[in-house]
Amino acid sequence: MAESTVLRERTSRTLPTPRARLRYRIIVSVLVVLAVGFTFGLLAWDNPMPVGSDGFWRIAEMRATNVVVMAVVAICQAIATVSFQTVTNNRIITPSIMGFEALYVAVQTSAVYFLGVAGVLAVKGLPQFVLQIALMVGFAMLLYGWLLSGRYGNLQVMLLIGIIIGGGLASVSTFMQRLLTPSEFDVLAARLFGNVSNADASYLPVAIPLCLVAATLLVLSSRRLNIVALGRDASTGLGLNHRRETMRVLFLVSVLMAVSTALVGPMTFLGFLVATLAYQFADTYDHRYVFPVAALTCFVVLSGAYFVMRNIFYANGVVSIIIEFVGGLVFLFVILRKGRL
Amino acid sequence: MITLEGVRKDYGGEVTIGPVDLEIPRGGVTALVGPNGAGKSTLLTMVGRLLGLDAGTIEVAGYDVTRTPSKDLAKVVSVLRQENHFVTRLTVRQLVAFGRFPHSRGRLTAADEEFVSRSIDFLDLTDLEHRYLDQLSGGQRQRAYVAMVLCQDTEYVLLDEPLNNLDMRHSVQMMKHLRRAAAELDRTIVIVLHDINFAGHYADHICAVKDGTVVEFGPPERIMTDEVLTKVFDTPVTVIEGPNGPLAVYY
Repeated sequence: MAESTVLRERTSRTLPTPRARLRYRIIVSVLVVLAVGFTFGLLAWDNPMPVGSDGFWRIAEMRATNVVVMAVVAICQAIATVSFQTVTNNRIITPSIMGFEALYVAVQTSAVYFLGVAGVLAVKGLPQFVLQIALMVGFAMLLYGWLLSGRYGNLQVMLLIGIIIGGGLASVSTFMQRLLTPSEFDVLAARLFGNVSNADASYLPVAIPLCLVAATLLVLSSRRLNIVALGRDASTGLGLNHRRETMRVLFLVSVLMAVSTALVGPMTFLGFLVATLAYQFADTYDHRYVFPVAALTCFVVLSGAYFVMRNIFYANGVVSIIIEFVGGLVFLFVILRKGRL
Repeated sequence: MITLEGVRKDYGGEVTIGPVDLEIPRGGVTALVGPNGAGKSTLLTMVGRLLGLDAGTIEVAGYDVTRTPSKDLAKVVSVLRQENHFVTRLTVRQLVAFGRFPHSRGRLTAADEEFVSRSIDFLDLTDLEHRYLDQLSGGQRQRAYVAMVLCQDTEYVLLDEPLNNLDMRHSVQMMKHLRRAAAELDRTIVIVLHDINFAGHYADHICAVKDGTVVEFGPPERIMTDEVLTKVFDTPVTVIEGPNGPLAVYY
């Protein structure tokens, strides 16, 4: 024991031992292989044309939109949740509780409530998509700005108010849903499950750049996020402007969450599940290593769930159900086995 | 030098800290002592700009703490609060390495690593440096936090009750480490202490705080007297001559 400590090199690297580095590399490789496998599966499985032929590619291209949507959602949810947990200093939280999803549900529900079945069409389309994102980001910034810059600059209070407003919006939506006719409700319900097929290819030219810019900015601030994770006092002591950093991260998180939610609908559990798994897999505090693992895990979970739903249960659509079920089991298994978050 | 001028902090209606005017000289160990709720920690955290002031100015080495960018101040003064709880799972070395952030912005050079190693050795944590913080005892963890603050390599070091959770042996060791840091590394260390006898023995200056104001400031010989301590702590204190200097007896 004593000898091994002496022999160990004196370095503060994130993954201090060769074993840890190897482990990390293996995990990333496995995730990449799974991601590629599921992508190929989604594009090629049940594709009636022989692989490589013209027809094959035509069919694959049509399915490719779904894969791209999944990639966007995976990046959004994974990066947003990990960053959000860091700035709130809380590993059992997800940004969706800040009212993004409640707002989405409220918008969709009131569209159907006021305009009937035609309402679903009224909230579809690129301008409406952009408007929904703007609405969600605006709502989030209002909440953050008001609660974080005032006298009560307190993150916990902000979270609480976010949850309460979310809860309020959700119950208004539920109330409106009660008053819908069964057929209207049926149409609406399809929109309220997180579903990759909700996305329209025409949204992507807006969604992709937004997602990439926000995610890149967050990944580039990994080193600062590592400090933010130490909490307000320690990070201030180390010379970080904690409030400004928090606001910046929360803004980017709200952009990512808004893009994801407006694109495919609520995915409450996905981000939380993926962030927790990513911390287990990467086994480090360092965001530079956690972010890639989180995004890859998220894509694997999404594409895997989608693949299973589509090709085994022939249930096109409700992906979030299988994510919550299988993901929940995996989550419990990992946590119980390791015994810590 | 740390200068406080007319510093005030209001907590709700009745409780007010200050106004405090104080000069803490450069070099050595200065101990803040006083009864519970006197405002020692409040003063310390205000000097460390973790808490805003409601009035007055605080200067550390000529830098106004409320106006100097936090980034620049982090190279002049480091501060450790009483309670530290980190959500992240870190090894001792990774934690200590965070102390280099003001200098390296997260990109550690060989010189930084050297510094990290020195701080770890300085606090006798060499064998523990690759352990995770949650595998350490309270005292070891406390030492790791202090190592991180020393690693920040600032002229001024502020510590809020670093002897919390430490037993006799470790308290004495911690004080010796801090004395050595002050002497060998030429640091100015300001520390909140609960045990007046520790302050009397290890500090170069003692600042007695009561009801939000500084009531006495001076070398230990001046503070370690019956009447000063009895007045500060509101309880009868007798100072006797111990084998290693004056001892306050209060029970």
